[in-house]
Amino acid sequence: MRDSLLRLENVSRSFGPVSVLHDLSLEIRRGEFVAVVGPSGCGKTTLLNLLSGYDRPTSGRIDGSGTVRMVYQQSGLFPWKTAEENVLLGLRHVRDHAERRRQLRQMLVLIGLEGFGGHYPHQLSGGMQQRVELARALIGESDLLLMDEPFSSLDYITRLKMRGELARLLEERPRTVVLVTHDIEEAAQLADRVLVLSGRPAQVQREICLSLPRPRPLTHPEVVRAVHMVLAELGLEDNGTESPRVETRLPKGRTG
Amino acid sequence: MKESKIAFRIKLLPVLLALAALAAWAVLSNMGVFPRSSFPAPMEVATGLGEEFQRGRLFQDVVASVYRVMVGFGLAALLGIPLGLVIGLRANARAALLPFVNFFRNLSPLAWIPFAILWFGVGDTPSIFLIFVSVFFSVVLSTAAVASVPAVYFRVARDYGLRGAELLTQVTIPAILPQIITTLRVTAGLAWLVVVAAEMIAGRDGLGFLIWDARNGLRNDLVVVGMVVIGLIGVVIDRILMQLTRIPSVGWGYER
Repeated sequence: MRDSLLRLENVSRSFGPVSVLHDLSLEIRRGEFVAVVGPSGCGKTTLLNLLSGYDRPTSGRIDGSGTVRMVYQQSGLFPWKTAEENVLLGLRHVRDHAERRRQLRQMLVLIGLEGFGGHYPHQLSGGMQQRVELARALIGESDLLLMDEPFSSLDYITRLKMRGELARLLEERPRTVVLVTHDIEEAAQLADRVLVLSGRPAQVQREICLSLPRPRPLTHPEVVRAVHMVLAELGLEDNGTESPRVETRLPKGRTG
Repeated sequence: MKESKIAFRIKLLPVLLALAALAAWAVLSNMGVFPRSSFPAPMEVATGLGEEFQRGRLFQDVVASVYRVMVGFGLAALLGIPLGLVIGLRANARAALLPFVNFFRNLSPLAWIPFAILWFGVGDTPSIFLIFVSVFFSVVLSTAAVASVPAVYFRVARDYGLRGAELLTQVTIPAILPQIITTLRVTAGLAWLVVVAAEMIAGRDGLGFLIWDARNGLRNDLVVVGMVVIGLIGVVIDRILMQLTRIPSVGWGYER
């Protein structure tokens, strides 16, 4: 068993009378890729804000340490900085100038944007901008990468490419990842564990584990089955007679 | 080849139109459609221009007007931008000051003329004061728009440890710079309008005084000299400020 990076124990968060998360327990282990899916407005972003330390729970405990980087829903690149200057934000702790340049060059090559460092975000395509975001989050030292629907503003084909890109980048720069998404395919194609949240107040309704190595073909039977199971869990597809071979289990302390 | 032809035509067309207008003016005044005294001929204006230029008065008037605009406009920008930042970033300051600023922004600067003369007499100061009040409140309002800068930029800044002076110079100000530049261009034009009116009433020199003095001396040719010079300098001021929009790091704000 890998060691735990972050542990939520009976965490609740309410805003005034609205209870968004209720009694949620969750463990993120070092090196794993966890995807969180659920109906819109179920509190996925609230959960991310708690994980990043931006927000505090109303009750319950969050234990964990380490540097957290976040990739946001809408582009968080500074439009007044070049691609290079944006990426360098992730290297602010590195004092040595030559070392910064070296790491920057390496990263630009890794994301396939060498020669584009001097471009401003608005001069780049949506996919290129997203790769710069990933580069900024992955450069330097960090432990946990939080992603809030990072590819939702991209067109479908670019989104498929970016999934492959993310898998490849994580191969080079391993990180623990929590991905919040409403794209079920994305979750099934990338995650080791898919957590399906219930409607508000959110709880983990089901956990689906995938052991297939990344990058995974979208049409691989295990990915398709995982998609099917999530859809069934969300009540969007009948749970047919076919028995899924994907390992599934209920979270601790719950009976299905 | 074709593109250079188009570029040439774009440069040539306004010159041709100006020559045509000048010719029409000459023909009209030669035909004596209007009385000479109220419709000076181009040649008279050209002679008047040469006269004023040789006596050195024109140069002095230009310097006086430009100096007043630079001081009034500069002071308004220098004080307006910081106040706008405070109003934009502090909800209390916004609630208290915004209605006040809005009131004065919508008050015609010319309404201040009686008090400008009462308080400051004649000379540079009343003009500078009038320019200041016509620019200051607009600059404050457009800088206060920092309140509507997308919150994601401030979250990203926080994630990467930007705070204090760095936050101000690397995030807050760049985020509103395109808007501030647009406001500076508009208000510089306004300041140039106001200085003429101010000098007519409270000046002993300057281009506004030149026009008023010429009118009192029944020298309508010199009135036109003043008009031409004022128009040309106004265009030059706008051209100079337009260069600010070419700064690479503000380009994103003008992409549509």
